Amino acid sequence: MDRTMLDLTAYELARKIEARELSAREAAEAANARIDAVEGDINAFVTTTPEIALERADRVDERLKNGGADGVKLWESVPLVVKDVLSTKGTRTTCGSKILEDFTPVYNATALENFGGDLVMVGKANMDEFAMGSSTENSAYGPTRNPWDLDRVPGGSSGGSAAAVAAGEGWWALGTDTGGSVRQPGAFCGMVGLKPTYGRVSRYGLVAFASSLDQIGPMTRDTRDAALLLQAISGHDPNDSTSAKVEVPDYLSTLEDGISGLRVGVVTELMNAEGVESEVKSITEKMARDLEEAGAEVGEASLPHATYGLPAYYIIAPAELSSNLARFDGVRYGKRAEASGVHEMYRRTREEGFGDEAKRRIMLGTYALSSGYYDAYYAQAQKVRTKIIDDFRSAFRDFDVLISPTCPTAAFELGDKVNDPLAMYANDICAVPASLAGVPAISIPGGLSNGLPVGVQLMSDHFTEPTLLRASYAAEKSSDFRFEMKP
Amino acid sequence: MAETKEKQTYQAVIGLEFHVHLATRTKMFCGCRVTYGDPPNTHTCPVCLGHPGALPVLNEKAIELGAMAGIALNCEVADHAVFARKNYFYPDLPKGYQISQFDEPICVGGHIDVPTSDGTVRVGITRLHLEEDAAKNVHVGESGRMHGSTGSLIDFNRGGTPLMEIVTEPDIPTPEAARATANQLKAILQAIGVSEADMEKGQLRCDANVSIRNLDGSFGTKTELKNMNSFRFVEKGIAAELERQREIIEERGRIEQATMHYDPNKDEVYSLRSKEEAHDYRYFPEPDLLPLELSREWIEDKKNRLPELPAEMKKRFVESYGLSDYDAGVLTADRDLAAFYEEVAENADPKQSANWISGDLRALLNEEGIEISDSKVGPKHMIELISLVETDTVSRSAARTVLEHVFESGDAPSSIVERDGLAQTGGDELDGVVEAVIADNPDEAERVRGGDKKVVGFLVGQIMKATRGNADGGQARERLLEKLGS
Amino acid sequence: MISEEQVRHVANLARLGLTDEEVERMGGQLGAILESIEKIQELDLDNVPPTANPLSLTNVFRPDEPKPELDRDEALASAPAPEDDLFSVPRID
Repeated sequence: MDRTMLDLTAYELARKIEARELSAREAAEAANARIDAVEGDINAFVTTTPEIALERADRVDERLKNGGADGVKLWESVPLVVKDVLSTKGTRTTCGSKILEDFTPVYNATALENFGGDLVMVGKANMDEFAMGSSTENSAYGPTRNPWDLDRVPGGSSGGSAAAVAAGEGWWALGTDTGGSVRQPGAFCGMVGLKPTYGRVSRYGLVAFASSLDQIGPMTRDTRDAALLLQAISGHDPNDSTSAKVEVPDYLSTLEDGISGLRVGVVTELMNAEGVESEVKSITEKMARDLEEAGAEVGEASLPHATYGLPAYYIIAPAELSSNLARFDGVRYGKRAEASGVHEMYRRTREEGFGDEAKRRIMLGTYALSSGYYDAYYAQAQKVRTKIIDDFRSAFRDFDVLISPTCPTAAFELGDKVNDPLAMYANDICAVPASLAGVPAISIPGGLSNGLPVGVQLMSDHFTEPTLLRASYAAEKSSDFRFEMKP
Repeated sequence: MAETKEKQTYQAVIGLEFHVHLATRTKMFCGCRVTYGDPPNTHTCPVCLGHPGALPVLNEKAIELGAMAGIALNCEVADHAVFARKNYFYPDLPKGYQISQFDEPICVGGHIDVPTSDGTVRVGITRLHLEEDAAKNVHVGESGRMHGSTGSLIDFNRGGTPLMEIVTEPDIPTPEAARATANQLKAILQAIGVSEADMEKGQLRCDANVSIRNLDGSFGTKTELKNMNSFRFVEKGIAAELERQREIIEERGRIEQATMHYDPNKDEVYSLRSKEEAHDYRYFPEPDLLPLELSREWIEDKKNRLPELPAEMKKRFVESYGLSDYDAGVLTADRDLAAFYEEVAENADPKQSANWISGDLRALLNEEGIEISDSKVGPKHMIELISLVETDTVSRSAARTVLEHVFESGDAPSSIVERDGLAQTGGDELDGVVEAVIADNPDEAERVRGGDKKVVGFLVGQIMKATRGNADGGQARERLLEKLGS
Repeated sequence: MISEEQVRHVANLARLGLTDEEVERMGGQLGAILESIEKIQELDLDNVPPTANPLSLTNVFRPDEPKPELDRDEALASAPAPEDDLFSVPRID
């Protein structure tokens, strides 16, 4: 196995293929072989697609040969891991749920179409069922393990995507983030996780968890890879009403412009949020200092309603989810349980098809929307959301970038929180404010705590990903942490 | 007698709810075609099948048509409108929710003026909102079992068709007025082209909320009446439901809130109770769609593009053609009939044209149950027929016979007159007939000469008989009296 | 707290079958979660408008133009029990 090839970043690999030092096929073969070698330990995939990877890699190579590099986008030659919540035509898409065990979509998600028709997909990554969870233990296909420590969770819900990249089963991955599901597993697995601005990447073909929060995001080895992958999937989509008609900038071109004069605010409420470990806090502070040394002006920022984000999120997300999961009813696709009447068929199908966490959140969301409770829960949560958006707006008057921990701790042990929903939910406390406000946020490795990676979160205003990536790149440069394939 | 008196003390309170397919080419939230009668499940896509990850995008035309309908119904078009999810489970509902509008509909607060036999009734429009239609359930067992299964089969072609719901205030006093309201609404929607509103195709559906006012003037418990698939059944169904409620009240029973169905074969209403009745639709703003912000200019533009409405047309017919309110109302209630009339009235006496079209021709159409557009009678036929009467070529009564023949064959009136010898008997020919009748009835003729007018009618009748009706009655009488010197 | 009866009612709205044991467990868990969520009630937000979507876009439309549709076989390919070119369900009760 070519360890050197697997150690490259996606960008470096792409450049080598572009220069014909390597071929896309060789890359796909290397990924396939690595999957064979480590998947037994990691369980990062629900479905691996080695033939698809090879076939499409051949097509990319063919195009490179025929048309020169011009017709082939830089990113196209690099094998990609796709979270199993993105609709892939002809390849089963389970969303980590039993209810979709045998479901094969008839269309591709727009983000994948944007990447290119010859997307070299190595497999569909494991995840918490319908993206609900922070540990990937809520998958009907078994938990994924953290390559840094196999007894620990990789985070969630995009835990499969994170673990696959951390273990070298692919160079990069697509995850989805509703309340931290790209950032938190990125943090737990020592890599970069970017949640773009809501509306930046089309949600068409992303099986909805919470429609007003969901975004597809890159999970990569470094910031440059995140910028490149974001470039590949972004853009306006007429099939998604919530896809913004905002021009996609060239994210790579401004990456190295430096951060001189950049105003960085350390978010007090999130630094002091419940459960944030002191080492996590000090790693975050260190990154702020690094940014200052690199030329930024660092100060204290306040998001007064930030800690109300978590309860608001745990009303809004389940409410939308309870409605979004209603389509899984055993009529048009997916599993169906036998029953003599249709309503009993619904009940049994959904009882057998959904796991515990899905049931819990369906119940929670249904309750929050039900007659007599709507105003106290859902309507109030939507107002909290307005306050949080206002908080960000005023913080961004004083700062270009906000900094906070991505999550309170490093990766926890398997089984640690799976039976304690509240403890699990508490993990999202630092991640959900950006989700509710729809602003972009990135988690980058800040250092190690007891040998485990700790993530630091940077946030910026709507559609200012170039600024965010620039800050992230600068922070990465001044940190001692470098991506390392595990185990 | 006592019963009718008692009946009159009961005051009906009727509100109607219409569901109307909008005349778009494609569905509300996806690019699948809107079709009628195509093979099942041939017009679907991931969006209208509710596939995982698929998203809705609003059809702009549907918004325009909805706003235009609202303007035509004198509603206020909202400057801010929101789509909401209505959550419930049913096999014809692919997403487990219907995308509809809830507390911020596109139009609110309008009215229409409905002509009834008791005068014009103003019916308030509470709201008009846009939504998507459900798919079609085909119940196995209703039309014979299939493969021994006992369930339902679903065709998603209709699923997602743009649908407009129009809710009236409970302003309608009688079943007849309910029917007239439905007719008026249909005429308006057709006139402005927002819907074909063909009930047989399911493009227009009507439900009614029916109650009887309590003695103290407050509203009684209302029931919802569904499944009325023609306006005639709307009238009959409401009448049957009112009768049922009246009987309950008279027996001092309590009216239960219920959903009733009308069975036209038995002319009865019955309650259909479902086991799964816990309704709590959990409406919330549809997060996959963004709000509508319709500017004043946009709304003004739609207003300016509205074609003439039936009420405006009616007013014009009265003013420029000198028609009665009634005739103008009848003619403008049907967009095609109004156009037909205008073509005829350009080339013939407008009042005569109105008499023929709103009277004889409409009677023939009603008898056959067809629309003017399906009839063989064209405006040219009508113009020719009226001119034949005006030039005394045919009598008014013979002209009726000619019209019947035209209605059946589509032949030109003049050729029918010639073929069937229906030309009016007049002049010398009529004189001859009068003389012959006098000769054949000497006794009666003598009595008339003696001043007895009682038998004049008999003799005129004989003249008409001899001319097979092709004489003008007044003319025949005139000649007869002339010849008998009285 | 949330009563067993409420749990059953909500489960029925969501067409979610629950065993008796699940009903009991769910009641406790939902109760605890709702209690933690109560925190947002302490904010006085009477005059704050709700946010349904973080995008401030409005009037996103699609022209009324037909787009490619699925073949019937494709539409029915994933159906658990297709019958005569139609989707089938058990008796509607």
